[in-house]
Amino acid sequence: MKPPPFTYHRARDVQGAADLVAELGEDAKFLAGGQSLIPMMNFRLARPEHLIDIGRLRELSFVDARADSLRVGSLSTHRAVETADLGAGFAVVRDTMRWIGHLPIRARGTVGGSLAHADATAEWCLLAVLLDADIVVAGSGGRRRTIAAREAFLGFYTTVLEEDELIVEVLFGRPAPHAAVTEFAERKGDFALVSAAVDLDLGAGTVSGGRVALGGVGPAVTRVPEAEQVLQAGGRAGRELFEECAHAAAAAVEPPEDGDAGTEYRKALVRNLVIHACEEAVAR
Amino acid sequence: MTFGAATEGGEREPDLRVDGSWVGAPVTRKEDPRLLTGGAQFVDDIHLPRMLHAAFVRSTVASGRITSVDLSRVLEVPGVVAAFTAEDLHLGDITPRLDRPAEEHTETSMPILARERVRFVGEPVAVVLADDPYAAEDGIEAAEVTYDVTPPVLSEVQALAAGANAVHDEAPGNVLLDVSMFATDGIDDVFAEAPCVVHVRASTGRQNALPLETRGVVAGWDPRAQQLLVQTCTQVPHQVRTALAGSLGMAESAVRVLVPDMGGGFGIKCVVGREEIAVAAAATRVRRPVKWIEDRKDSLSASFLAREQRYDARAAFDETGRILGLDVDVLCDMGAYSCYPFTVGIEPLMASSEMPGVYRVPAYRVRGRAIATNKAPTAPYRGVSRPQHVMVMERLVERAARELGLDPLEVRRRNLITVFPYTGVNNVTYDPGSYLESLNLCERVITDEGWYETKRTAAEQGRFLGIGYACFNERTGYGSDAFAKRKMQAVPGFDISEIRMDTAGSVVVTTGTMSHGQSHETTMAQIVADKLGLPLDKVRIQQGDTDRVTYGWGSFASRSITIGGTAVALAAGNLGGKLVELGAHLLETQRDNVELADEGVRQRDDPSRALSYQDIADVAYLKSHLLPKDTEPGLQASASFDGVGDGTFSNASHGVVVELHRDTGRVEILRYVCVEDCGVAINPQVVDGQARGGIAQGIAGALFEKVTYDDNGEPSAASFLDYKVPTACEIPDVSMHHLETPCLFTDNGAKGAGEGGTIGAPAAVLNAVNDALRPTGVELNDTPITPQQVFDALTGALEVAP
Repeated sequence: MKPPPFTYHRARDVQGAADLVAELGEDAKFLAGGQSLIPMMNFRLARPEHLIDIGRLRELSFVDARADSLRVGSLSTHRAVETADLGAGFAVVRDTMRWIGHLPIRARGTVGGSLAHADATAEWCLLAVLLDADIVVAGSGGRRRTIAAREAFLGFYTTVLEEDELIVEVLFGRPAPHAAVTEFAERKGDFALVSAAVDLDLGAGTVSGGRVALGGVGPAVTRVPEAEQVLQAGGRAGRELFEECAHAAAAAVEPPEDGDAGTEYRKALVRNLVIHACEEAVAR
Repeated sequence: MTFGAATEGGEREPDLRVDGSWVGAPVTRKEDPRLLTGGAQFVDDIHLPRMLHAAFVRSTVASGRITSVDLSRVLEVPGVVAAFTAEDLHLGDITPRLDRPAEEHTETSMPILARERVRFVGEPVAVVLADDPYAAEDGIEAAEVTYDVTPPVLSEVQALAAGANAVHDEAPGNVLLDVSMFATDGIDDVFAEAPCVVHVRASTGRQNALPLETRGVVAGWDPRAQQLLVQTCTQVPHQVRTALAGSLGMAESAVRVLVPDMGGGFGIKCVVGREEIAVAAAATRVRRPVKWIEDRKDSLSASFLAREQRYDARAAFDETGRILGLDVDVLCDMGAYSCYPFTVGIEPLMASSEMPGVYRVPAYRVRGRAIATNKAPTAPYRGVSRPQHVMVMERLVERAARELGLDPLEVRRRNLITVFPYTGVNNVTYDPGSYLESLNLCERVITDEGWYETKRTAAEQGRFLGIGYACFNERTGYGSDAFAKRKMQAVPGFDISEIRMDTAGSVVVTTGTMSHGQSHETTMAQIVADKLGLPLDKVRIQQGDTDRVTYGWGSFASRSITIGGTAVALAAGNLGGKLVELGAHLLETQRDNVELADEGVRQRDDPSRALSYQDIADVAYLKSHLLPKDTEPGLQASASFDGVGDGTFSNASHGVVVELHRDTGRVEILRYVCVEDCGVAINPQVVDGQARGGIAQGIAGALFEKVTYDDNGEPSAASFLDYKVPTACEIPDVSMHHLETPCLFTDNGAKGAGEGGTIGAPAAVLNAVNDALRPTGVELNDTPITPQQVFDALTGALEVAP
């Protein structure tokens, strides 16, 4: 559980980091909080020859919460977000942080690292997809582009990011006062067996639309249009509507069978967690 | 029990009991300041000049012949200094022995490094030494080992199948031990005629004892002492020395084993590890100190495991719920090798002898087998088989209560042993305990807290609450007679203690036991302090040094306080006798006219005439010409103690309240009550800690932890991602209650307290889960119980509900 040799580089600015990774190619990896990469290196499952430490790029560490938008710098820790005042529109982002690992992990792990790692149950991926966030990336030669989160995650630990691109911030452009994320794992802090997120369009006790996203049911976090159609059709915010939505979500996915849980059990978790998430979202 | 208040002004000194004794007081642990302020020294804190770091090339296949080992590329890796195979080191095998006939036991050997054959993934094949641990790991990656792979044997079913590959050629059927220790005449008739026969088939998951500190060793040649100095974290320093000397072909006197602070052991460190020996041998070859620190991956996959058993058990009852007979077949999957010194018999022999537990069982038949498989070997793990067989016994009682329509607690009460001493059908004599009293108190606590009411209300709301109990005893303080019944060739039991008072009137006391977290430095000091009327800070405990401590048996089987604690008490008493004698001589009075008091000796008929220990030590060391003619100078004494009869039985009852979450299948523990009786608690705070930690490990076995393998025998739970050790979030606070039935043969009435928590928890949790599942008709007997199993059971219930 010791990593193979690598060359350590410390980035002075975003541009230098992106340019250096372009120069070094696929054997180089950015090091942010190191909460996924370092364990993988210790198990020798990841063997980058170069590590580019972006930990000192303070300009990437910020939380900018406004009434109608939320910008989070990629080097912000989960803990920094968990302890920030994000206002009613983005309280769901803050409240979701408690599902991420344990406190020491949240104190070091970063938003950008989590998005770039793209675990199939990552809370940041789930939030970004649910809330239609934009992911801003910097590339070599001064390139910048914005990626819609819904198009960012391709599969197991795979994103649309180019090799020379570094996430600089994630932008949530739509307040979500009636959103909630919930999970189930055998132990607190574990990767979720299933995670469910909903964002309801709610007014006067009536749902007129909404978004549903799931983690742990496939190679990447995913939105569930079939469940969203139920919310789109609308109705009174209550058990009946939520159950219909949850059943649609469960019917739409075919989660993997593994040592931890079978497909049917995971589908049942989807059903129950979506109902919980809806109820929490309404109560918010 | 009342305790003296802490003195003002931040003085830690006396948390003495009001009656003035140290024994029984919740004294703050002497170890804690250094442990809590970074002052402790663990193996990994040892840094020696020129020290190298070792890593092991380990087998990547579960079963096969080694066709080639090529280490030439290893030596080219930057930082690598040396690499050795079995052929290079010529080490003797470890062969644990049982004095049992060939039809019962097949002796097998464990090589230090694998030769010719490998028997599990992770088995050490070669050792690489490098300037740092990183280079050592780079080195092991460069090793080229080829295997002729054979199909692995990965379960007891595979092991026992006709034509199965033999893990050891000596044991073609893979049965290393097959004992039928008890078979009451006419037991088949008892079952045939019994009005109620219940059956429980159960299997329990393979577990890792999981000390926070993994195994580790620093070994090097000491040219001044002309000794191999081995600093290792072990529960059994002398047994490590014996095995090391034997394997290396050295005299035991040429090896010194020294144990630093330890971060837990739980049994995994009470057997001799092959890595310890390989590292010591490699260090002698390169004439440099070598450190090996086991990483968590190796600890989880390639150290010693435990607890994987399968039971086929029947019990016969009369209509009133009285046990008529017990018939048990237990298979223990011991993995690839037998451990030293405990052997492969550790689990099946414990199950065979202890299964009847706290109950009166008139007829008993048992067959216990140890099966070899291509998985990491096993060692004793806290509780040793009792967490499993108590669980099965308690399930049998619960099943009978259901069949007979009786209250399960009433069925227990009708069968609990209440008259002591009691000699059971298993030929074990139980000393007095509080079996019934502890159950009654446990039930009362649960009742008074309103949990039965809560359960009823919850049921009305469609929630699933359950309440479960477990009653058990734990044999502690095994003496050599009791251990001899196991027929191990090396028979543990006694302990020897030596005590020395210095010129300042302070004492140093040796113990052959070895604290790996139990705080012997505090509890043993309490015992000695009482004997000599000393403050705690004038008593220093010495342990874990084979040069300074006479051959001892270390710490396991909850023996430290019972055996070791009595030995130190007797040694202190002997020193006290010597002080009395010298004091009387110096005060010029009769021996029976003086007594120990106020750190000195005083005259009974004239307390103004007194000598301090310092005064007496002054004569004993600096003015020895004043001693009586036939008296040797100095102030030292020694004593030994051996357990009596069948040992002494601690006991406890656990009560658990769980809620099953029907949305997820999660088992939530709402309340945990433990009523324990370990006789006189030397330090109640330490006893509480032992019970709490044990209960956490028991809950881990019931609900979380399982070592798993894929079809090739590759460990699939080699990190904490997959090996689900519960955290503080999953473990409830435990409500602790104490009863005190003193042991009749230990010096101060103490019984062992090391393992009880672990023993009761799986049974109590499982019974609570099954109580909650009652409306579904489902009963779960295999552990760990998974959320999916609970969910499936509950979903069935929801479907059949009207």
